[in-house]
Amino acid sequence: MPKVSMTVNGKPVTGNIEERTLLVQFLRENLRLTGTHVGCDTSQCGACVVHVNGIAMKSCTLLALQMEGASITTIEGIAPSPTELHPMQEAFRENHGLQCGYCTPGMIMSALDIVRRKGHDLDEHTIREELDGNICRCTGYHNIVKAVAAGARAMAK
Amino acid sequence: MYSFSYFRPTTARQAANLLAKHPDAKLLAGGHSLIPVMKQRLAQPSALIDLNACEDLAGIELKGRSIVIGALTRHADVANSQVVKDALPGLAMVPGAIGDPQVRNRGTIGGSIANNDPNADYPAACLGLGATIVTNKRRIAADDFFTGMFSTALEENEIITKVMFPIAKKAAYEKFKHPASGFALVGVFVSKRGSDIRVAVTGAGSNGVFRVKSFEEALKKRFSPKSIEGMTIPASGMNSDIHASAEYRAHLVGVLARRALAKATA
Ligand SMILES: Cc1cc2nc3c(=O)[nH]c(=O)nc-3n(C[C@H](O)[C@H](O)[C@H](O)COP(=O)(O)OP(=O)(O)OC[C@H]3O[C@@H](n4cnc5c(N)ncnc54)[C@H](O)[C@@H]3O)c2cc1C
Ligand code: FES
Ligand code: FES
Repeated sequence: MPKVSMTVNGKPVTGNIEERTLLVQFLRENLRLTGTHVGCDTSQCGACVVHVNGIAMKSCTLLALQMEGASITTIEGIAPSPTELHPMQEAFRENHGLQCGYCTPGMIMSALDIVRRKGHDLDEHTIREELDGNICRCTGYHNIVKAVAAGARAMAK
Repeated sequence: MYSFSYFRPTTARQAANLLAKHPDAKLLAGGHSLIPVMKQRLAQPSALIDLNACEDLAGIELKGRSIVIGALTRHADVANSQVVKDALPGLAMVPGAIGDPQVRNRGTIGGSIANNDPNADYPAACLGLGATIVTNKRRIAADDFFTGMFSTALEENEIITKVMFPIAKKAAYEKFKHPASGFALVGVFVSKRGSDIRVAVTGAGSNGVFRVKSFEEALKKRFSPKSIEGMTIPASGMNSDIHASAEYRAHLVGVLARRALAKATA
């Protein structure tokens, strides 16, 4: 089986994997980083979003082998310490931006990408447009939108 | 997914050699059409030849009176390109309307054009601007490139290397998104470059992207929504499915063409 090496949440990792292994499978099954979820098989739900070299992508639609040399950040890699939350995670908690939580890791990774591209002052319309690739079956989105706005502001501090 | 072997060439030439060596191999660009299809086991390539390390395939350049875009250039990079926004803003509207942000971060122009999904956006821009598709073997005019649903003039072992868009004085794209998939239920690209007037439609035709000659003719006098006021196209030849009837799609072609013209002439 071919070998792949990449950096995940700052740590170098390697694995011998089948060619058809998806990045999300590699993260969940080889590295046991199960915070990245799979919610669909059509690349539409966004539960699997991670950052590849700082850019949000759907890890269910990338092969792990394609990530040779890349730097990956997952939901497990964003908090400043094991006892603290990232400001965007804190904003989701504070604003009741989740119910079952299945979509939440993808929502947060996408939210961080919105901040990267659009800055810290986000209006509701922008947030709704930019969350186009993330589906939530529980919340009705309203509190997610509030959480993203609050998280983006908190990140500026 | 069925199993396959995997190669990661670093130049387009290496990719072409690998493609020639492996029967039933497929090129992998953004993978945002190919991987979902492979997951459903609707495609079974023997090998994937990953273009993502071929740096010679990516980039955006202003060359004379054209914008030249490398096949591997991501949708987000074209949508946000200052070069494109300054010289041909109508073109930037097209990748900006594709999918969602994550899809735009990964999907490529070459993959979209090679795939020629009947509801994809880029084919409308290529046909609507009279682009030239450059491959490792030849140059193909957009008018000859898109040959039907999911089919193109590309031969086996042919790789799109870049797409050349002539700069039109006026151009715009208007899309009616399918609310769930985000693909174009109907999308219309209009442009005017000297006496070359084009109206290209995606999403509607049962044979893929096409031009509306009757609209183009009417726009020769004046490139304005008024010139095609009340005009429609026949519903025969339009797609009909659970999302929309042929009549509705034909109606949308007129409506969206007028909106695109309003945008292009604003
Ligand atoms: C959730 C979702 C929503 C989407 N919404 C839209 C939308 O609204 N509008 C839209 O237009 N598209 C949409 N897409 C499709 C998206 O734009 C794809 O990225 C695009 O169609 C294919 O590009 P790719 O680079 O991902 O190609 P791939 O999937 O890698 O390849 C597609 C095909 O092209 C071939 N190919 C790739 N590169 C080349 C090349 N250089 N030369 C020759 N052949 C090549 C491959 O072998 C394959 O057969 C969506 C996709 C997803 C997952
Ligand atoms: S699991 Fe990746 S988009 Fe749904
Ligand atoms: S909180 Fe349950 S899917 Fe979003």
